[in-house]
Amino acid sequence: MTGPGPSAMPTVVSARLAKKFSRNLRERAIEAILFFAAFVSVLTTVGIVYVLVSESVHFFQRVSLWDFLTDTQWTPLFDDAHFGIMVLLSGTITSSLVALVVAIPMGTVIAVYLSEFATPRAREISKPILELLSGVPTIVYGYFALLFVTPILQALIPGLPGFSLLAAGLVMGIMIVPYVASISEDAMRAVPMALREGSFAMGATRLQTALRVVFPAAISGIAAAYILGISRAVGETMILAVAAGMQPNLTFNPMESAATITAYIVQVALGDLPHGSIGYQTIFAAGLTLMLLTLAFNLVGFYMRKRFREAY
Amino acid sequence: MAVVAPNATEIRGLIRKAKRWDVIFVSLGIACLGIGLLTFATLFLDMLIDGWSRLNPEFFTQFPSRRAGQAGILSAWVGTTLVMLVTAFFAVPLGIGAGVYLEEYAPKNWVTDIIEINITNLAGVPSIVYGLLALGLFVYTFGLGQSILTAGLTLALLILPVVIVATREAIRGIPGIIREGAYALGATKLQTVKDHIVPYSTPGILTGVIIGMSRAIGETAPIITIGALTFIAFLPPSPISDVPPFVNFEWLKAPFTVMPIQMFNWTSRPEAAFQHNAAAAGFILVLMTLLMNGLAIWLRYRLRKNIKW
Amino acid sequence: MVNPMATATHASMLGSANPGATAPAVSGDSPPPLKAESRGLDFYYSNSFQALKSIDMPVYENKVTALIGPSGCGKSTFLRCFNRMHDLYAGNRYAGQIVLHPDNTDLLAKDVDPIEVRMRIGMVFQKPNPFPKTIYENVAYGLRVRGMTQKNQLDDKIEESLRGAALWDEVKHRLGEMGSNLSGGQQQRLCIARALATDPEILLFDEPTSALDPIATASIEELVTELKKKVTILIVTHNMQQAARVSDYTAYMYIGELMEFDKTDTIFFKPKRKETEDYITGRFG
Repeated sequence: MTGPGPSAMPTVVSARLAKKFSRNLRERAIEAILFFAAFVSVLTTVGIVYVLVSESVHFFQRVSLWDFLTDTQWTPLFDDAHFGIMVLLSGTITSSLVALVVAIPMGTVIAVYLSEFATPRAREISKPILELLSGVPTIVYGYFALLFVTPILQALIPGLPGFSLLAAGLVMGIMIVPYVASISEDAMRAVPMALREGSFAMGATRLQTALRVVFPAAISGIAAAYILGISRAVGETMILAVAAGMQPNLTFNPMESAATITAYIVQVALGDLPHGSIGYQTIFAAGLTLMLLTLAFNLVGFYMRKRFREAY
Repeated sequence: MAVVAPNATEIRGLIRKAKRWDVIFVSLGIACLGIGLLTFATLFLDMLIDGWSRLNPEFFTQFPSRRAGQAGILSAWVGTTLVMLVTAFFAVPLGIGAGVYLEEYAPKNWVTDIIEINITNLAGVPSIVYGLLALGLFVYTFGLGQSILTAGLTLALLILPVVIVATREAIRGIPGIIREGAYALGATKLQTVKDHIVPYSTPGILTGVIIGMSRAIGETAPIITIGALTFIAFLPPSPISDVPPFVNFEWLKAPFTVMPIQMFNWTSRPEAAFQHNAAAAGFILVLMTLLMNGLAIWLRYRLRKNIKW
Repeated sequence: MVNPMATATHASMLGSANPGATAPAVSGDSPPPLKAESRGLDFYYSNSFQALKSIDMPVYENKVTALIGPSGCGKSTFLRCFNRMHDLYAGNRYAGQIVLHPDNTDLLAKDVDPIEVRMRIGMVFQKPNPFPKTIYENVAYGLRVRGMTQKNQLDDKIEESLRGAALWDEVKHRLGEMGSNLSGGQQQRLCIARALATDPEILLFDEPTSALDPIATASIEELVTELKKKVTILIVTHNMQQAARVSDYTAYMYIGELMEFDKTDTIFFKPKRKETEDYITGRFG
């Protein structure tokens, strides 16, 4: 490695060049491999879109889009088959609303509390625990909703069926709380201290500062948290498949049992539908609807998060 | 004195009133946190109490059975272990590679933008959609069947964004001067990445891998969607054999069940006896994800404490 | 709401501070009335670093007092004691007193609510920090915090404050725009208007022009000179010319200690201490 004598220069240089060449080749190869690893995500998306769209195309050759969107029955496996996605969508919307009624207020209050009131120590302890909560498998939440929460609700609300959107939605809400709280808290903590100091210097209390200055300043990040929470609720599967029942039911009443889009896919997958049958294709059409819904929410959420990051 | 300024008594009344709201809000905040934690504690205890009678060694060594009292999770935990092996085998190198590429190599152009948007978007795709992807692509188009390989691949794709994001965050935590220091010594990009960037970000990457794996362990919906059988009373062929080359990959193509599927199966049975089995399996699942997440959080905490650039 | 008893009530409710050490003597003729007084003030940050050491200093009514000194000398720390900003961060500790006249309240006393202190003493920060609200709501903020809700009262007060901050003519037709749309200098004047709206007894300025261009700086300086007719001003500045231009009194601080306090002319032309002279003449810092 040390410098060779002047006479040795030419050979050493060519040897170095050769070495440099092979080194470059290796560097290039590695870069290509790493690029492929990153590109897998694009392939995944392409794969998802391909699978959902190609199967849905078959589906829509047999069922018109109009029927799909307006029919009020969902009976794909009956002789008198109907394919009204609204039936499944109503379950998804109702259970999501129940979840959000729990998750948004609780998540926001926790976020404001942790960001503006709690001591650093309390925050350091609470946040990981919240993360642990969000790591619990959803099938476990499903069990909890069906066999613990439902009996309690039945005692409180006479006539509540054994499967209900209410029980599933409530537990789903609790599951989403850490998610909403964590992103909202990040957004509020990103608000510069100078704004808080400005408010305190005016003689404002902590709550006045939190609600009138910090919250509005972080609003787009908080909105992103809400939207990502909605997207989670819409895509959640196991809690609903276990606790809300799998009977398609066009209803917006949380006291009833109804299948969601996700629960329907599970139900079909549990059976043994032949590849290529209309029943098989319905789950892809349902999946495409789900994907479009969550994609819309995610894009809005992504955009809002980006906007709030740019603000500071 | 100033004309609008209310007198001291009034000011003090105002402050007292405003501060009362502070107290009310703090109580509300603690109550909400408490509800969250209490729910979790209840869930944990509920599983433990319901499943207590089944939490014995035989539960781990018995196959599922028509008789609740004799049913166990042998095939489920073996299946989970094998599926996780496949998942880690694909997700870890791909995730780290993608993270390294995006942080260290990627040029600023539209291809990179597309990759980044894709990763963000994939992180928000419902897990059941991955199941549909696997059903349409792995099971039927590629003909991998309803196998351990299919399940492992599906979960690998599912947790890929988690690993990538963790890798990128860990790499971003390394200050530029470290990179410049390596280059200044004449290191190539590959050497810099291999000798400095990846080793220094290992704890952060590990945290992401553990969190991703703990998510994969609990995932139920995509596995159900690929049509995994729920009643499996046998084990896949052993990965290790007694004849050369001592390993075989037959197990990759084997049908299987995993813990969350087993739990789902038992939960949906009306008999209370099976629900005890479900609770026991659920308790083990929660315990596992709890331990893994706890380990990840502890790692991250250690990491923040130890490394001071 | 006029209440002639207001200040008297204040004094009796907060409890009088003990007459403590006397402030350092000022050269020349008899000093103007006192507005506040720091007596033996020590301050410790939460890491037990002592940032202020036994500071005695008078603040004269309707005068501008400048705090100067090299970075890290504690001038901003000292300023932030006056409205108890340090209370926002756990572990900070004061010792000694800051007495507010005429009611003789010790601002640092444990039983004095920092919120009440901040309602009486306004502050303008180093960087303009308008709230993410409209111009109108920025100025209304302090009034709303004090429970004022009547629209016409608010309107009057906001116009008065914006005029006081020499901003009215520039913004009177765009009160509904976001405060952040204004230029840096306008934002800082908005922050001054925000502070003025609540009729503070003392206004604290923490290097108010350090983030502004020379023209905006000049307008703020002019404003400070104008404002002292109504309010007592304490200003931290890293710019000695600024101190010379705007202030009536100047305090030179060094490593947490008050080295010298006097009329600004005296500090700049006939400082008593060698250290002050070295700093003023640029041989130091």
